[in-house]
Amino acid sequence: MKKIILCVVLLVIVTVFSGTLSSCGANRETLNLFNWGAYMSQGDDGLMDVVGEFEKEFGIKVNEQYFDSNEQMYSKLISGSAEFDLLIPSEYMIARLIEEDRLEPLNFAAIPNYEYIDDAYKGSTWGYDSEDKYSVPYTWGLVGLAYNTKQITEPVDSWDMLWNEKYKDKILMFFNPRDCFGIAQKRLGYSMNSTSRDELDAAAEELKKQRPLVSAYIQDEMMEKMISGESYLTPCFAGDGVTIMDSNEDVNVVFPKEGYNIFVDAMVIPKGAKNKANAEKFINFINRPEVALNNILYIQYSTPHTEAYKNLPEEIKSNKIIYPDGETIARAEGFKHLPKETSDYMDDLWQEIKFGN
Amino acid sequence: MIGLRNKTKLTSAPYIVWMAAFIIVPLAMIIFFAFTREDGTPTIDNIIGIGRWLRVFWNSFCLAFLSTAICLVIAYPMAYALSRSKVKKQRTLLVLITLPMWMSFLLKTYALMTLLEDTGIINNLLRMIGLGPYHMINTSGAVVFGMVYDFLPFMILPLYTVMIKIDHSLLEAADDLGANNRKTLMKIVLPLSLPGIISGITMVFVPSVSSFVISRFLGGSKIELIGDLIEYNFIQKHNPHIGSALSLILMIVILILMGIMNTFDDEEIGEMLI
Repeated sequence: MKKIILCVVLLVIVTVFSGTLSSCGANRETLNLFNWGAYMSQGDDGLMDVVGEFEKEFGIKVNEQYFDSNEQMYSKLISGSAEFDLLIPSEYMIARLIEEDRLEPLNFAAIPNYEYIDDAYKGSTWGYDSEDKYSVPYTWGLVGLAYNTKQITEPVDSWDMLWNEKYKDKILMFFNPRDCFGIAQKRLGYSMNSTSRDELDAAAEELKKQRPLVSAYIQDEMMEKMISGESYLTPCFAGDGVTIMDSNEDVNVVFPKEGYNIFVDAMVIPKGAKNKANAEKFINFINRPEVALNNILYIQYSTPHTEAYKNLPEEIKSNKIIYPDGETIARAEGFKHLPKETSDYMDDLWQEIKFGN
Repeated sequence: MIGLRNKTKLTSAPYIVWMAAFIIVPLAMIIFFAFTREDGTPTIDNIIGIGRWLRVFWNSFCLAFLSTAICLVIAYPMAYALSRSKVKKQRTLLVLITLPMWMSFLLKTYALMTLLEDTGIINNLLRMIGLGPYHMINTSGAVVFGMVYDFLPFMILPLYTVMIKIDHSLLEAADDLGANNRKTLMKIVLPLSLPGIISGITMVFVPSVSSFVISRFLGGSKIELIGDLIEYNFIQKHNPHIGSALSLILMIVILILMGIMNTFDDEEIGEMLI
C-alpha cells in the first residue's frame, strides 16, 4: 500500500513539475520551424538575419530544427517526437504528405506576398500540389556535378566520371537512396521516376559497382570536402555548388549530358500545427521582396520569387548554374512521389548496396 | 529495521520513476514494434529477416572487440601508473583524462575527420617531413581509431577506481617475499583489478558496438555498423519494426556476452577468496 502511495505522490510531483515548466513559455508566441541545415539567411555577410528580424517584429519566438533528407524529415514528423508548425520539404515529399492527408490548407488571405511567386514553380504547374492549396515555393534548383579542375583535366560532361576508377577514394555520393538512384538511372538512360523493377535492379547494380570507388556517402559535409580539395568529384545541389565555387576557385559545376534532377522546395504546414497563424505570418514575412532578396543572396539557390529575382545583381542573374537556360532546364527531370511498392523496393536495394557486403 | 528499509526505498524512488518512464516503457515499445507489422498484427518475420544482416553484426562486433582491446592495452598501464602516483599529480592527471569528456562526442569525431583526411592536418605535417600521404579516412582503421579516441576515458576511469583501492602493503609484501614485478602483476594487481577490467570492457564495448556517428564521419558511411542499420531503418526508412527488431537482437547478444563475462568475474573472485 505504501509503495502505491509513494508512486502516486511521485507521479503527481512529476506531472505538476513538468506542467509548471511548460507553462513558463506559454505566454510567449512560438513557431517551430523544421528546415534543412544552412538553408536560411543567418545574418552573415551583411545580410539580414531572417529569423531574428521576424522575432523582433512579431514578438514570436522561432524554434529551429534541422533535417538532412526528406525521408528523415518525414520520420520525425510522423513519429510525433516533436511538434512542427512549418516545414520546407521537396516537391515529391510534399506530394506524399498531401496524399497521406498530413498537411493543412494554407490561408492565403494571410499571405498576400504569395502574389510574387512565379507560377512556373507552383504545385499546380509541377503536379506536387495540384490545386495550390498547401504549399508556397521557397527555392528551386538543379543537381549538378561539381569537380576540381586542378585534379581533373579531362572534359567532364557525364555522370560516368563518378564511376571512373582513376578517381577512386576522391568521389563523394549523396547519403540518401533517392538522389543516388536518380543519378544511376539517368546515366543508364532511364527515368528517375521509373517503377520498373528491371530498371531499378540495373541502377542498383551500377551503384554497387561504384561503391568501392566512393570515398564517402555524405550530405552537407560534401561542401567542406570539396572546398578543402579533399575530394575531387561530387554530385551537388546547384546552390551548394556555387557556395563551394565561392570558396575554392578550382571547382566547377556542370550539368551532365544524360540529364539530372530539378527540384522545388516549398513551405508547408503540417496537419494539426499548433501555431498555424504564426507559420503563415512567417511565410508572408519571408516573401516580402527585401527579405526574400536577402535570403536568396545568402543561400545562393534559385528563387521562385519574381521581385527578389528582379533585384538580384546582374552577375547572379547571368550565372548559368543558378539560373540555367531553357535548354538546360529542359534536360532536367523532377522527382515524383513514387508508389509505396517502388519506394520500398528502392529502399531494399539501397540497404543491399550499403550494408550488403 | 523497517524504518531503514523504508528509507532506502524512499531514496531509490527518483531512480525508479526515472527507470519506469525512460527505460521500461521504451523497452516495452521496442519489444512491441519488433514483433508487429506496420498494421499492428503480430509477426516474427522482423526477427527472422535479421539473418540477412549477419555480416553487419559480425563487422560491428569485430571492430568493437578490436577497439575495446586497444583501449585496455593503453588504459591498463596508464591507470596503474596513475593509481601509484602522488595524490596531487593524480588530481591533475584525472582532470586531463576527463577533459575530453567535457566536449561533445559529435564535435570530437567531426574534428577527427579533418585530422585524418588525405589533405588533413596529419598528412600535411607528414608531407612537410617528406612522408606520406597515407590514406586513413573512410577505412575501418579510422573507425576503430575514433572509437578508441572517444571511449578511452571510460576504460581508464573504472580501472583507476579499482586500482586505487589495492592496498600498497600487499605489493610491499609480495616484494618482501621475493616476487618479481611480473609475478606481482599476475598474482596481485591483475586479479584485484578484474572488476575494473570488466566494467571498463563493458563501458567501451557497448557504446562501440552500437555507435553510428563514428562510422558516418570516419568511415564515410561505407564501414557500416549495426547502429547505422538501425538508424537507417528508423530515420530514413521510417520502419520502426525492423529497427526495433535489430535493436532487440543487438541488446540480447550484448546481454549474453556480458553474462558470460560476469560469470568469469565471479569465479575469479571466488578463487581468490579461497
